[in-house]
Amino acid sequence: MSRMPLEKKVLSENDRIAGRLRERFQERQVFCLNFISSPGAGKTSLLERTLESFSPSERVALLTGDIQTDNDARRLARFGFPVKQITTGGTCHLDARMIERALADWPLESLDTLLIENVGNLVCPSSYDLGEAAKVVVLSVAEGEDKPLKYPAIFFKSELMVLSKTDLLPYVSFDIGKAREYALQVHPGMEIVELSCKTGAGFDDWMKWLARRRESAKAEKVLASGQE
Amino acid sequence: MHELSIANAILDAVRKERELLNGARVIKVGVRIGALAGVDPEALSFGFEVLVKDTDLDPLALEIESTLRRHECQHCKHVFTVVDYQVDCPACGSTETRCIGGDELELAYLEVEET
Repeated sequence: MSRMPLEKKVLSENDRIAGRLRERFQERQVFCLNFISSPGAGKTSLLERTLESFSPSERVALLTGDIQTDNDARRLARFGFPVKQITTGGTCHLDARMIERALADWPLESLDTLLIENVGNLVCPSSYDLGEAAKVVVLSVAEGEDKPLKYPAIFFKSELMVLSKTDLLPYVSFDIGKAREYALQVHPGMEIVELSCKTGAGFDDWMKWLARRRESAKAEKVLASGQE
Repeated sequence: MHELSIANAILDAVRKERELLNGARVIKVGVRIGALAGVDPEALSFGFEVLVKDTDLDPLALEIESTLRRHECQHCKHVFTVVDYQVDCPACGSTETRCIGGDELELAYLEVEET
């Protein structure tokens, strides 16, 4: 019997497709975000309000993943931007192949921004790269403030944590200071935005982050092409 | 519960490697899982056992090596494992440390029968 070292990634096939997607996004200058949270944390509400605040000339499109139903796609299509539902039929996460398939008949040239709403799940989506520029994790104040410690992978891999449903703070025992502290323990330097989609409080901070992050992605691209 | 998908990806990878080895009999596959990988070793072992049974790869053992989160101090370059989210440098006390490992989800090795 002999032992052969391999040193390969288990999800190398997914990573290969995600790499291909990332290249396409960079070539076409499409800024892509991957939204992850547990079910019911408010991803769809955040995206609804985001689409609502975009001007109609904004070149944005949305992919939304769910195990069943196209309810979210219907909710999001009201704003006039292209939306496509990915129904996974049982799979608890989106993978790069699903994104590639969903984008097959979409002209990426006509887009500046692609928002991907992952399946509601705080664990599995963290393992699958979709070619995005950044992951955004949404944590609602109706959950436990220790979620960053319980599910470190996704908080570690996300650039931004959105603390949602802050209008509920008077009615729940969620300690927002602790939530921030725990997130920063798992991911030192993580950016954090607090907002309520219901009242609109803090929503500007989110839109500013989005605009700033989109600009920095563009600048990186320019820098990278300058070095070639 | 994406461990089943991951177990499947491991089996696919083993099959691919076996082809490169001209069909040699693979006895064991070693997988490295970091504390930040978001993969539960127990669920993965269970999914793996279920999936491998009665296939061309059966019997194939899975060995999981768990790795902890590792940080490097930006000041004194000390490398340390992080326990209970204590990310400050234990050597010089600096709070500026950088994560350099612990999110692995890797195929580490194969054990193959000698022919």
